[in-house]
Amino acid sequence: MSTQTIEAPIRVEQPETFDDVDADRPWIVIVWNDPINLMSYVTFVFQKLFGYSKQKATKLMLQVHEEGKAVVSSGPRERAELDVQRLHGHGLWATLQQDS
Amino acid sequence: MHGIARTRDGDYRVRLSGHERDLLRTLPGQLRHLLAEDDPSLVRLFPPAYADDPEADAEYRRLVREGLMEGKLAALFELERTAAADRLDEEQLGAWLGALESLRLALGTQLEVTEDTYEAFDPDDPHAAELALYGWLSWLQDQVVRALSAGLRGD
Repeated sequence: MSTQTIEAPIRVEQPETFDDVDADRPWIVIVWNDPINLMSYVTFVFQKLFGYSKQKATKLMLQVHEEGKAVVSSGPRERAELDVQRLHGHGLWATLQQDS
Repeated sequence: MHGIARTRDGDYRVRLSGHERDLLRTLPGQLRHLLAEDDPSLVRLFPPAYADDPEADAEYRRLVREGLMEGKLAALFELERTAAADRLDEEQLGAWLGALESLRLALGTQLEVTEDTYEAFDPDDPHAAELALYGWLSWLQDQVVRALSAGLRGD
């Protein structure tokens, strides 16, 4: 099971008038590969939690398996955190972060 | 048929040996014991949500810990309660799935399994019995997934 640390991006000070730009950036939900979960199980969880077709769920699962991680959903922070909670409830290792 | 299959009525038939059912009846209690002691093998049952923000993660864990724990305990109780059942409904089989997941995560962590764990099974390995148990739990979880998948809309 990989335990990568994600470097927080350096925030560049911008002379903008839009104070809420960062707050409006969507949050992404990442599922990480682990050596325990079965591929069939991960695919099923994606179908069940997100309503993805078997094809899309399988594609995401393979991405997790082969690339180490995959973005499975995105949206406002509260929604992303809820998705992470539901994934944790199903034993998957998921984190959320703001999209760069 | 040995294993689990969805019936035309929309419920699920379970065919397992007496020994297998004994395991399903007794393993939940063992895991509950570990959960009560906050054993290190449970790290995968309560993973972090924020990889780069310890404060946000601490807050997340504070908020979800109880609900997450209750969900896992409920599934374990249900597995224990229905271990001898020949037929299960969707909700019960869903509980089996959750309980098996928790059992596999805990045992897999204890055994430090890797993706190559099944490559070469060595009967002389001091953990051969636990590895065999882990393998059986994997087979059973896959049975549950296949059965539940048959009930997914549009699958």
